[in-house]
Amino acid sequence: MAEVTLIEAIRQAMDEELASDPRVFVVGEDVGPRGGVFRATQGLYEKYGADRIIDTPLAELSLVAVGIGSALADLRPVCEIQFADFIFPAFNQIVSEAARMYYRTNGSWCVPMVIRAPYGGGIGGGLYHSQSVEAYFAHVPGLKIVVPSTPYDAKGLLKSAIHDPNPVIMFEPKKGYRAIKGDVPDGEYTVPIGPARIAREGRDVSVFAYGMMAHYTVEAASRLATEGIDAEVIDLRTLLPVDKAAILESIKKTGKALIVHEDTRTMGYGAEVAAVLADEGFEYLDAPVRRLTGLDVPGVPFSHPMQDYFMPNPDKIAAAIRELAEY
Amino acid sequence: MSTEIMMPQLGESVVEGTVEKWLKAVGDPIERFEPLVEISTDKVVTEIPSPAAGVLLAIHVAEGQTVAKGTLLAVIGESEPTPLTEPPVPQPATQDVPQQTATPPTSHQSNGWHVTPVVARMAAEHQLDLTQIHGSGRGGRVTKKDVEAWLAGRHPPSVSTSDEPQPWDTPGSGSLFRPSEEYAQPKPAPAGNMGAEHGLPLPSASPAAPLRLHPVEPVPQAADGELVPLSPMRRAIAERMVVSEHTAPHVTTVFEVDMTRVLAHRDAHQAGFAQQGVNLTLTAYFVAAAAEALRATPALNTEWRDDGMYHHRRIHVGIAVALEEGLIVPVIRDANERNLLGVARAVNDVAARARSKQLQPDEVRGGTFTITNHGVSGSLFATPIIQQPQVGILGVGVMEQRVKVIEGMIAIRPCAYVSLTFDHRAADGATADSFMLVFKRAIESWEA
Repeated sequence: MAEVTLIEAIRQAMDEELASDPRVFVVGEDVGPRGGVFRATQGLYEKYGADRIIDTPLAELSLVAVGIGSALADLRPVCEIQFADFIFPAFNQIVSEAARMYYRTNGSWCVPMVIRAPYGGGIGGGLYHSQSVEAYFAHVPGLKIVVPSTPYDAKGLLKSAIHDPNPVIMFEPKKGYRAIKGDVPDGEYTVPIGPARIAREGRDVSVFAYGMMAHYTVEAASRLATEGIDAEVIDLRTLLPVDKAAILESIKKTGKALIVHEDTRTMGYGAEVAAVLADEGFEYLDAPVRRLTGLDVPGVPFSHPMQDYFMPNPDKIAAAIRELAEY
Repeated sequence: MSTEIMMPQLGESVVEGTVEKWLKAVGDPIERFEPLVEISTDKVVTEIPSPAAGVLLAIHVAEGQTVAKGTLLAVIGESEPTPLTEPPVPQPATQDVPQQTATPPTSHQSNGWHVTPVVARMAAEHQLDLTQIHGSGRGGRVTKKDVEAWLAGRHPPSVSTSDEPQPWDTPGSGSLFRPSEEYAQPKPAPAGNMGAEHGLPLPSASPAAPLRLHPVEPVPQAADGELVPLSPMRRAIAERMVVSEHTAPHVTTVFEVDMTRVLAHRDAHQAGFAQQGVNLTLTAYFVAAAAEALRATPALNTEWRDDGMYHHRRIHVGIAVALEEGLIVPVIRDANERNLLGVARAVNDVAARARSKQLQPDEVRGGTFTITNHGVSGSLFATPIIQQPQVGILGVGVMEQRVKVIEGMIAIRPCAYVSLTFDHRAADGATADSFMLVFKRAIESWEA
């Protein structure tokens, strides 16, 4: 058992899978000798060579298409999108081809591909390096979406994603790449795609969050414990498929729900969680379902005061939980 | 126009039933033939469909209550239950009060009478008058925790505290009239009676469940455990098991059967059966083999009576089906007269309907012998209790690959233990074993 950073856990997962399965390879921009702009692939080029750690031009459409084609040829590509903001040139490949392949071939063909994409703000990255894009993809049947918030989950989920016979997108909270540390066991393990994780048990209010927001929420909940408010934090960690059972189990206990994400509000992932609660958890609700999200503006602002105003943080989360607890 | 729903007679000798669960709440619209209520007898739980379309106007028997056949259970009508659910309102002193009462409720009222779904549901389930509960939420709103705290401090439940006859003890017209003095008067305005103001189906405002006031009792000490009331099915099972154990001297004999040929037969015919809509299960083979063994050993197809042994001419095999709440034994009639397809179809049918609570009481009666397939939960062999007044029960254990020595060679064969528990008053070991030999031969020599 060793304490590692989020980014190191991701690097370990790729390293181990590259070592154990010759079909696994990494493809992306600057993933080779440079080791990735966040150093997720550091040392892998030296270890596995240019054939398996492949640098591409600035062409996300092509690098994802390479992934789809090689996955159909029974390889196991791990495509790195340098920033989630840049994924849109590949949107058509992901939605129209990768997500549909299994369905449209009636199960004859599948695309065992992984796309990794760092997402999220709070890093002063401005409009082109800070966006959260999970909602676009969580709307697509045929995809699986995971968002780890701990090194343990990041390594375990990435391994599950590489083993999965269908396309999985892992959005990684880049603000936490080095800020989040946690224990990772020495031996082989995986974290299943699907189940949410109870990050903190509580009785008064359920808070559903993922990625960096799961950490902020746990921090807010710990603070509120001193005020006698006992918040439960559910780290959703898999966004698609939706873990309805975990959501409903928690609301049955607390009767009150807050959803937190840094993506913008309207049509965001929280809307689906709220719909599940309204549809299947209605009789357990003891307060309106509330969302705390990024603001509906076209991009995470660059200016620091404006970025702070945009982003949820532990203070804002604590205030929202407090208001629900008092409702 | 309204339709009265009475407790039906669920079988020839059944004279009462228990309301297990209302599938609709007061105020719900309902279609004709849509399931309305689950009724249980000591044998089955069955859904009663609505005889008419309309709106469920009133429920007169609470869940868990047992009443005689013909007792009024509920009323279904064609319109909103306006006259039934609103208690008489005292004559207002001024003109603006009725106007206020008639105003449709808004979702955020400043006086705190904002009822969330969970609170409304709990109030309906426990027949609570929310005006009696102190609200600790914003603006005095009654929160889920307030209701939980109130329930924890309250005992006994309001439904059973009165000595007066309950409405369901009075079969007949359903005109459950009570003088208006018996209803708690609404609190002075602006609080009002919540159920009436919000149009919520709170039983506290319904004549069927007159509102009674209870002082909050001191909170009892938390117990280490919880007393779960017996369901009718659990109670019936318990009584029968005790009676059987005390009546019949049980003896069990265990054989092992080689399933190779049955499995080969099933592999060969499963698809063909499926084309005829039948799922060919191993249970079908066991029922068929047992029927053959019973035909060869009539001494086990009998009933013990004090004045003699009653030999059944027909062979009706009961199969035990595990349910969440207990166990039920639907009967395959004339099992020996059916071919394997007929047996398999009957097994499919009764097992499915046992699980969906669609069995009729007469379908669980009249068995002359019983099979219990305890192997489905992994059990190797068991010594089940005989269903009185039958004299035998066959237990089938889990099938697994075992190493067998056959003609001096080691072979791997799919095998299962089968046990016959018999009433030693009615039969001796030799009889039981001859039954088992026929059963074993039938299974092991199954013609492909």
